Amino acid sequence: MSAEFDIAETLDVKGASCPMPVVKTKSAIDGLAAGEVLEVLATDPGSMSDIDGWADGTAGVELVDQTEGDDVYKHYVRKTE
Amino acid sequence: MGTDTPDASAADAPADEGPAEDVPADEAPVEDVPAGEAPSRAELAARVDELEDALAEATDDGGKKMSIIATKGTLDMAYPPLILASTAAAFGYEVTVFHTFWGLEILHEERSKSLKLSSVGNPNMPVPNAVAALPGMDRVTTKLMEKKIADNDTATIEELLETSLDMGVEFQACQMTIDLMGYDEDDFYDGVTTGVGAATALQDMAEADIQLLV
Repeated sequence: MSAEFDIAETLDVKGASCPMPVVKTKSAIDGLAAGEVLEVLATDPGSMSDIDGWADGTAGVELVDQTEGDDVYKHYVRKTE
Repeated sequence: MGTDTPDASAADAPADEGPAEDVPADEAPVEDVPAGEAPSRAELAARVDELEDALAEATDDGGKKMSIIATKGTLDMAYPPLILASTAAAFGYEVTVFHTFWGLEILHEERSKSLKLSSVGNPNMPVPNAVAALPGMDRVTTKLMEKKIADNDTATIEELLETSLDMGVEFQACQMTIDLMGYDEDDFYDGVTTGVGAATALQDMAEADIQLLV
């Protein structure tokens, strides 16, 4: 899975709840260059829907993948422009 | 709609019927254009579309806007405007939150750290109103709520406010209520806009894609 793209940076928001996973993801994405992928580690179950919705409604970002494992939700967001 | 209008009015324009001697003044210039040089209806329609697009581009600055009016100052009611404001900012919205009446407490640097939860009038409280009305009960329910917030790692009001400010959210403190409550401009967080009134809020709402009263 991770072979498909390189992770430029990892953001750990484990423990944080709404709206912080989305807000911190946005801030971290701002620091990346176009084309780079951010990995977000969260424990908030709502982050699955929220980061998906945020990526869908926000210009310049694209949700590449989301996985759900041992209480940690992983999100991969690419900065497209 | 935009393309229908020029067609509809163009259909009325030709003066090839009715009494020719009584041509309205505003149609006279059409007859001055030599027949060979008159633009076709399709050309005119295309030109109208072009102008409409240019107008839309000139009047729309591209970004989406959200306008929130925050009127409540209890601990529970302070959350929704701040959560929505910071989230909308993450979406790239230009966000304005206009705080009036008890909503001012959220922007008050000192008082925002001790917002209270009311135990009376909330049927979800585990105690009946008669008990909830006893002296000190608000302090008890507030403490319980603060503990839940800490245990759940939910952001505090101060954190949400600072984060939102960092993200470019504009927080406005209603001047009339500042005066009414006897507050001072320096009482508010750095970056809070003062000296604004209802007209400013209305202007923001008129321009916004989302308007909320909380």
